[in-house]
Amino acid sequence: MGRRRRPRGVKGTVTAPIETTGAAAEAQPEAVLQGVEGKKIVGRSLGQIAWLRFKRDKVAVAGAIVVILLILVAALSRPIQSWLGLDPNSPNRDLIDPNTTLPSGDFGGMSWDHPLGVDPKFGRDLFARVLEGSWVSLIVAFGATLLSVAIGTVLGVVAGFYRGRVDSLISRLMDVFLAFPLLLFAIAISASLQGGAFGLEGLPLHISVLIFVIGFFNWPYMGRIVRAQTLSLREREFVDAARGMGARGPFILFRELLPNLVGPIIVYSTLLIPSNILFEAALSFLGVGIQPPQASWGGMLNQAVKYYEVDPQYMIVPGLAIFITVLAFNLLGDGLRDALDPRSR
Amino acid sequence: MTETEETGVVAGTTDESAAPLLRVRGLVRHFPITKGLLKRQVGAVQAVDGIDFEVRPGETLGVVGESGCGKSTMGRLITRLDEPTGGTIEFEGRDITHLPPGKLRPMRRDVQMIFQDPYGSLNPRHTIGGIVGTPFRLQGVEPEGGLKKEVQRLLELVGLSPEHYNRYPHEFSGGQRQRIGIARALALKPKLVVADEPVSALDVSIQAQVVNLMDDLQDELGLTYVIIAHDLSVIRHVSDRIAVMYLGKIVELADRKSLYEAPMHPYTKALLSAVPVPDPKRRTQRDRILLKGDVPSPIDPPSGCRFRTRCWKATEVCATTEPPLVALRTGHEVACHHPENAPDGARDDEPAKTA
Ligand SMILES: Nc1ncnc2c1ncn2[C@@H]1O[C@H](COP(=O)(O)OP(=O)(O)OP(=O)(O)O)[C@@H](O)[C@H]1O
Ligand code: SF4
Ligand SMILES: [Mg+2]
Repeated sequence: MGRRRRPRGVKGTVTAPIETTGAAAEAQPEAVLQGVEGKKIVGRSLGQIAWLRFKRDKVAVAGAIVVILLILVAALSRPIQSWLGLDPNSPNRDLIDPNTTLPSGDFGGMSWDHPLGVDPKFGRDLFARVLEGSWVSLIVAFGATLLSVAIGTVLGVVAGFYRGRVDSLISRLMDVFLAFPLLLFAIAISASLQGGAFGLEGLPLHISVLIFVIGFFNWPYMGRIVRAQTLSLREREFVDAARGMGARGPFILFRELLPNLVGPIIVYSTLLIPSNILFEAALSFLGVGIQPPQASWGGMLNQAVKYYEVDPQYMIVPGLAIFITVLAFNLLGDGLRDALDPRSR
Repeated sequence: MTETEETGVVAGTTDESAAPLLRVRGLVRHFPITKGLLKRQVGAVQAVDGIDFEVRPGETLGVVGESGCGKSTMGRLITRLDEPTGGTIEFEGRDITHLPPGKLRPMRRDVQMIFQDPYGSLNPRHTIGGIVGTPFRLQGVEPEGGLKKEVQRLLELVGLSPEHYNRYPHEFSGGQRQRIGIARALALKPKLVVADEPVSALDVSIQAQVVNLMDDLQDELGLTYVIIAHDLSVIRHVSDRIAVMYLGKIVELADRKSLYEAPMHPYTKALLSAVPVPDPKRRTQRDRILLKGDVPSPIDPPSGCRFRTRCWKATEVCATTEPPLVALRTGHEVACHHPENAPDGARDDEPAKTA
């Protein structure tokens, strides 16, 4: 095309709608950035924009604060116990009514020394036990989530990126895992590993088994999300653009696709954590998770069931701990989803 | 019929005798349709079904046709983002039809694509600097004066501020994004640029700016363009030659002037009649031809001439014999048994019973 075909003045020719007269429309870029004069606009990444959006969501911020506090408490649970002179496993037989084996005094034996009361039969401090249970719950939930996310992300990306046979294979594998009777399997594994395995025994063994069972059987949830995201991302034109410039598979995967997957992975990990906390509690409740006398939220619930009519306090304390934790993580996860991926609403 | 001056390449900057930059012969792309678990093939979408054309150095070839006629597929084939099921593609005399990705890499410097969707074609997670700098990184080119300086020069070239370097695509309007896409496509000084509906996603008021920018850059950098559009208005002013596609075939290929002034294929005539005419005197002269019916499915295209189900001139022969694409005048090829503005190829044929 040459200079000749740039009609400046329209000379009664058959005119196309794209024609513009004069230089007015010529050099005027549609000014989005030039909008506010003089004011320096700093380039904002999508992450920064998400943060601004997140900050405005009060409920999510509250969830985030509670989550941070919970993590701090869980991480410092042992130091806090020794600082306050608490011991989750030391019995206080003097606080137990020997006839009923229930805590003597009102509200499950609440007192200044035992702000949340004591448990029946042994008189152990419930505050100390909830504190001790917090790190067990969170470490299992985080460990299991990390494991699911690692397996789910790798297999999901591979399935979505390479498609075809690889995808069919991985997708069927996910179906198999989702159809697996997870609870029965968990019970069987825990029971058979009770004595000790892999050079581990006691609490470390129970925690490892829980992380493995929950994490290894939950990955298809993550895998499906990552696979779907990868499938849709790889159809975007920027992937074609990269290929058109000579990009190979790894470049497309790591430079073009993965940065776009980070957001969804963070969001769904945050939403996976509370479900894993519930799972841990359920397994411990069923007696195949953390074993007594080690304190755990699920284990406490398990024992509290026997007393729920006569000592409801014992059930309320761990129940509330689970409820608050799960709720906080869910609120945070929903807020993150809205902030990072506003389309999914 | 005499060869008049209006049929030759009138004022083009191109040299007809020069070796073509791109030569396409019998290009075919069928997308298989499979069914069931065993992926048995039950048919094929004949997206591109045997097309021939050449692109000469320095020219602009416009490609028009309705939605779904295979324009994008053709564009992806000649840029080798997709592999043809048949035919050959030669770039600078070299057969690139089935080159594997590794061997295509050097050629990717010379052939670039501008995409239709200004939102989908830029990775939202990368800065403008990163996006426009990617071709250098991928091709291992170290520009003089450093990457950043070169990217900023390119941004200026397409009418953006070099200060936009650290911004993200979502901060730009559609037209600005398209300029970024153009800067990226031109980064390595390609020889051939394929633009797939580069302005159809933009506001009408902005379309002209982007088209004019592409036009200026062609003069400045000596580029060759293949510009795809779905109607004739957008490419009217920028094309040297125009190919009209219908259902995976080229039905007419002519230089701009003779195509606009004396279209031969009925389909081209219909397309032209749809181009808005501002001058009321002219409007009465060329009445708008409204095509009846829908575009047939590319899975099961009509026999003979693919346009016959919607053609008002169709006769018996149109249903039985596929009209070949032949030059009825110098530089004016058409695939029709009863062309307009040219002697009829099958004058005595019976009118078709059902059109
Ligand atoms: N990957 C694919 N798999 C199957 N069919 C496809 C594929 N890509 C395109 N097609 C089909 O091929 C035909 C031509 O598509 P193409 O995108 O080339 O049309 P187009 O002329 O670019 O249309 P538009 O103006 O809408 O962009 C369509 O029927 C489309 O459905
Ligand atoms: S060949 Fe026949 S049906 Fe096809 S365009 Fe020409 S006249 Fe119409
Ligand atoms: Mg298209």
